[in-house]
Amino acid sequence: MGEPGTKEVLSLDELEAVAGLRTGRKHVLSILVENKPGVLTRIAGLFARRGFNIDTLAVGPTDDERISRITLTLDGALHPIDQVTKQLHKLINVLKIRDLEPRETLARELAMFKVSADGASRAEVMQICEIFRGKVVDVTKRSVVIELTGTCDKVDAFEQLVRPFGLIEMARTGEIAIARGRGET
Amino acid sequence: MGHAQAYQEAMNMRAVDALMECLKAEGVDVVFGLPGGANLPTYDAFYDAGIRHILVRHEAGGGHAAEGYAKATGKVGVSLATSGPGATNLITPICDAMMDSVPVVFITGQVRTELLGTDGFQEADMIGISMPVVKHSFMIQDPTEIPRSIHEAFHIARTGRPGPVVVDIPQDLSRADIPYEPVTDVRLPGYQPTTEGNQKQIRIAAKALANARRPIIYAGGGVVSAGAGAELTELAMSDRFPVTCTVMGLGAFPGTHEQWLGMLGMHGTRAANYAMDEADLICAIGARFDDRVTGKLSEFAPRAKFIHIDVDPAEISKNVPAHIPIVGDAKNILPRLTAEYRALAADPGRLEEWWSRIRVWQERHPLRYDDSTDSEIKPQYMVQALYEATGGEAIVVSDVGQHQMWTAQYYHFPQPRRWINSGGLGTMGFGLPAAMGAKVGCPDQTVVCVAGDGSVQMNAQELATCAQEGIAIKVFIMNNGYLGMVRQWQELFWDKRYSQVEMGEWPDFVKLAEAYGATGIRLQDKHTLVDDMKAALAVDGPVLVDVRVTREENTYPMIPAGQPARNMVG
Ligand SMILES: Cc1ncc(C[n+]2csc(CCOP(=O)(O)OP(=O)(O)O)c2C)c(N)n1
Ligand SMILES: [Mg+2]
Repeated sequence: MGEPGTKEVLSLDELEAVAGLRTGRKHVLSILVENKPGVLTRIAGLFARRGFNIDTLAVGPTDDERISRITLTLDGALHPIDQVTKQLHKLINVLKIRDLEPRETLARELAMFKVSADGASRAEVMQICEIFRGKVVDVTKRSVVIELTGTCDKVDAFEQLVRPFGLIEMARTGEIAIARGRGET
Repeated sequence: MGHAQAYQEAMNMRAVDALMECLKAEGVDVVFGLPGGANLPTYDAFYDAGIRHILVRHEAGGGHAAEGYAKATGKVGVSLATSGPGATNLITPICDAMMDSVPVVFITGQVRTELLGTDGFQEADMIGISMPVVKHSFMIQDPTEIPRSIHEAFHIARTGRPGPVVVDIPQDLSRADIPYEPVTDVRLPGYQPTTEGNQKQIRIAAKALANARRPIIYAGGGVVSAGAGAELTELAMSDRFPVTCTVMGLGAFPGTHEQWLGMLGMHGTRAANYAMDEADLICAIGARFDDRVTGKLSEFAPRAKFIHIDVDPAEISKNVPAHIPIVGDAKNILPRLTAEYRALAADPGRLEEWWSRIRVWQERHPLRYDDSTDSEIKPQYMVQALYEATGGEAIVVSDVGQHQMWTAQYYHFPQPRRWINSGGLGTMGFGLPAAMGAKVGCPDQTVVCVAGDGSVQMNAQELATCAQEGIAIKVFIMNNGYLGMVRQWQELFWDKRYSQVEMGEWPDFVKLAEAYGATGIRLQDKHTLVDDMKAALAVDGPVLVDVRVTREENTYPMIPAGQPARNMVG
């Protein structure tokens, strides 16, 4: 923008708003927080209060016992993500937030599916399970429990495929994520 | 902190005595509070700690007093309460302080740790209840945490965008013995407010200002908090930039200056609101585009580009997308912006056309009211009379309602921290205790409260505190016998169906004042009003003046809620 005092013209018409925009895609936020009581409540409360919808949320320890990692996903079509991250930053116990670039991120979630599988359908369910590299962790005469890890999309796709066989129950952790390469998330 | 002290061995003392040491180290000279079971240990420590404690009659009064103290002095206010009902009584002041960014530390007692979570007597989850309305809070879990938490609480309350911080201390922990060493640092890795504005952004802002033909400066309470009134005035006067302020920002720019357009927003002047509407560049400083300012958001300032300077990055582009955001402290940024702007040597002549347009609005639409010919006191005149009686030099505190808006319109604040009101939360009952706090903080200044006859009853009990402590506030009640602002809305938007807004003759404020040990005066003659007010101001001690005003007068002009500024009425 030039040196101090230079008189170049800056046309107001060309100025563009630089924030508050909606991206329209899913965002994965990786948030490092102090491992102190009430921190999750502060984050959940902030989201509820500001009307931000969380799609998934996963909390767990990090390599440093004083710090926990919260991974949450939300829809960038519904919220200006910069407003979400700025509000999160105002929480004193929030140390760091990364809005992870999809291409530079490894994201995984763990899911367990209890599917009806009797007689004829069993083989088919097992086959789908194999294709998705799932693991059968429990079998009864009339059902199987399958453990699956993968991206949210993969788990969604699996759910769609097994639903017609009779999905008795499903439990999902929500995605956790880490940056590719040597650098820190 | 002297070396001798720093190297001294840790001393064993009660945690509450350490708390007193921390308060002193923070420079606290006065606290407002009321004791109970859960903070008995703290009160035992106050007994001979050498810190002035003002015993309020309701914790909300104490909370607002701490706010008034903080707003008048710029220092951190301190307010104390016991657990349960004492703590919940603080919720309104805490929320008020959050909305208006007031630095206050609230220290609450909590039940003994063994009772936590058992619905013990006077147990309330203060951390949980207050969480949505605090800047931060500390639940003490170990008595040794107390000193550090107290210092961190003050640091957080005071720095960045100021705000309320709660420290909740269980009774048993507060009486435990701890090794105490003075704390000389705070460690808050997750809290590093940006204060230095980005130089490149500042330069772009200067250029935008130099290229604007219809610029306006829109300043809010952030300028007052930052202590940047003089810096704002410098910037405005580096050219002939027109200036408007929010209800929180009044006084940040001198209210009699020729570049002053008056307050903006719902009850702002037409000149200010129309100028915002037609501006090509709006320079927002420490302001947050509240709905009372913007009116209908989608039609707000349709022609303008926005420079937005704020210490809180989350405010930028929250309501209105900014074109040139600058995060930082206004006191740091404004002088640099002024210097950059001056270096551009922009042609001041380019603003001539803009000013002639503004002057037309100012001439056509000054603030006005129909003055009565008889002796009835118009509420607007009451404020003008007060301005005259105080020479414009008082700290003016207000409650919430019509009287607040008229005071904002007709008292021309010459400098920051002279106008104290509840803008964000709009808390009736704020005025009298806040005036009390302001007077405690600024004992040498005249502190007046312009109160509503409705609002004043929400915390009138603090007159007893004023009488006992000799806190000489002068409360002028604008008595219209109504919850006036609500009556106005019912008149204008609900077919004059006056539902539950008439308060009649009660109480007799003169007798009420006397019962509390204050002086009560009733005024109803406009011809002698200025002199009568001067006489009331000259009375020693707290004074409650019942000024009878026209009962059904409307606050104008007005942007009806949710409409654009162009649609101002009245
Ligand atoms: C605690 C609280 N309750 C209710 C309101 C809604 N309210 C806003 S202004 C007002 C009327 C205030 O009456 P008064 O203090 O007499 O002031 P006036 O408008 O008559 O000047 C009311 C009830 C409020 N702002 N605060
Ligand atoms: Mg009234």
